[in-house]
Amino acid sequence: MTDFTNSQIIDFIYAEARMLDEGRYDEWLALWLEDGHYWMPLDYQQDDPHLTTSLMYEDMFMLKLRVRRLNGARTYSQKPKSRCSHVIQRPFIDLLDNTAGLYQTNTSMHYVETRLDDQILLALTATHDLKRVDGKLRIANKRVDLLNCDAAFGNIQLLP
Amino acid sequence: MDGDAGGMTVTKADNQARADAAYIAQLIQPHQVHRDVYTSQTVFDLEMQHLFTNVWVFVGHDSQTPKHGDYFTTQIGTQPVIQVRHSDGQIKVLHNRCPHKGTKIAIDRTGNTGTFFRCPYHAWSFETDGALKAVPLDRGYENTGFRTTANAGGIKPVGSVHTHRGFVFARLAETGISFDDFFQDSLSSLDNMVDRSPEGQLEIAGPPLRYMHKCNWKMLVENQTDTCHPMVAHQSSAGTAVRIWEELGNPEPKPAAMQIIAPFMSPYEFFEDMGIRTWPNGHGHTGVSHSIHSDYSAIPGYFEAMSAAYGEARAKDILDENRHNTIYFPNIMVKGPIQQLRNFIPLGPDKTLVESYIYRLVGAPDELLARTAMYNRMINAPTSIVGHDDLEMYERAQEGLLSDGLEWVNLQRLFPGTAEDFSTETVENGTTERQMRNQFDAWKTFMTTSMPDRKDGKR
Ligand SMILES: [Fe+2]
Repeated sequence: MTDFTNSQIIDFIYAEARMLDEGRYDEWLALWLEDGHYWMPLDYQQDDPHLTTSLMYEDMFMLKLRVRRLNGARTYSQKPKSRCSHVIQRPFIDLLDNTAGLYQTNTSMHYVETRLDDQILLALTATHDLKRVDGKLRIANKRVDLLNCDAAFGNIQLLP
Repeated sequence: MDGDAGGMTVTKADNQARADAAYIAQLIQPHQVHRDVYTSQTVFDLEMQHLFTNVWVFVGHDSQTPKHGDYFTTQIGTQPVIQVRHSDGQIKVLHNRCPHKGTKIAIDRTGNTGTFFRCPYHAWSFETDGALKAVPLDRGYENTGFRTTANAGGIKPVGSVHTHRGFVFARLAETGISFDDFFQDSLSSLDNMVDRSPEGQLEIAGPPLRYMHKCNWKMLVENQTDTCHPMVAHQSSAGTAVRIWEELGNPEPKPAAMQIIAPFMSPYEFFEDMGIRTWPNGHGHTGVSHSIHSDYSAIPGYFEAMSAAYGEARAKDILDENRHNTIYFPNIMVKGPIQQLRNFIPLGPDKTLVESYIYRLVGAPDELLARTAMYNRMINAPTSIVGHDDLEMYERAQEGLLSDGLEWVNLQRLFPGTAEDFSTETVENGTTERQMRNQFDAWKTFMTTSMPDRKDGKR
């Protein structure tokens, strides 16, 4: 049984952000457990993803669809493609349970997304629930709280 | 300017209004519209001054302000307003402006003001129907003539307010077309949405999605009955979903997400057959016989609850009506089968805020609301892979219309060749652009209602 150190968990969070920035989506999807959800609430401190609207609450089917669409021949909103950059603060490790193989991190980030002459900046906090499976860290769930989640946005096309 | 110190309404000179009416009339032809309707600041200003003043505009839902003093701030056109529950239980809609210096009375989107409003600037206070309650140190206004001004009346209410089965509409103008004359039988779509609750009642479910569009508000309204775009603009999302599902061997039952997105790829024939109904005054809907919402799987316990409430036959009638998008002219769209309302709030000729609300069917299983919330975020969020392509189309159109290559925008699909009569309800092929033409016919009417010497001869 592998015991993960703080630094290995932090490296995992950094590596995930880099995959998104570099558009290595197949690798990114492979980090996820099959029943995971990417949740981006619409409301500040929202506690329910089901009975009110969220910006995103996507299972693996939706995430795979989202990623595959980005490279489609007729994906008009991605001609030209968007680019993104995550600047991340050192993650807090809020849970490190090597016995159960469960981990949780809390990471503040600045996310920049650009396309043509437009560029947006979002401040956010990502909460990762990680699980040890076959000696590897995997994403069980990820919650992304935008600081200005209740603001009106134009398109946010990649993954903050 | 011809106002006076007593606070009379300041009106434009009649000859300017005549020129405006002639200009507006020139922009609309039976089969095409001039690009100025989407790009011109002058047209936009006239829309705010006339169209959004003369007609009934959606404000909110009464469940957003259930108790006395509950308020909700929004806009009618560009006019800031407050929807508030008064002490008598009625919903009031007030101009969000202190009669003193103009300070907005309510700034947050929702709240409770207690038994009265209090302006944060000089503590003038107002009843929840806007009436002036008290002014601090009011002897300073003795013998000043203040009491005879319009400002002494308090926070000004809008011209008229009408609540239909929980949905609050307002007309800014003091006089004009009545609520019933304006909406007529189009209210059947709102009715069907509410009837889908076993208790005949909807309740707001959380805050709306807020999606900023750099395009004219009318592009969004027209898109709601544009049935020739889903299989094209949304091929990247819906088409890819269908392909992924095929690769998985088309397993059944399809999850809710697939049930929602796959019908966007329905062929042209599907949309032709589903039909479009138009009503007078610019209202209309897609999905007369069926729609992309027809084949959602049944939620356990729902039909039983509906049958218990209405009897089986009536329950079936209600649920067999699967209207797609209903336009309430000028600027909302309602999806009855999934309890969604989208408000296209004009901010400028090239700027529109889209707020997408969802409602809970009181007395129905939560799974229905879960599907509704899923629909909202999948299709209408700023993060939605469907919304992305729609916005891309609108913004490209807004930019493309600046081209001087052509001045007119075509609305001719299934146009009969001569000017149409929109004064009676009509059902046609589901790919017709008649509903868009209907909207512009109403647009011209209500733009010029309050202008003298209308060029189209109507009064
Ligand atoms: Fe669309």
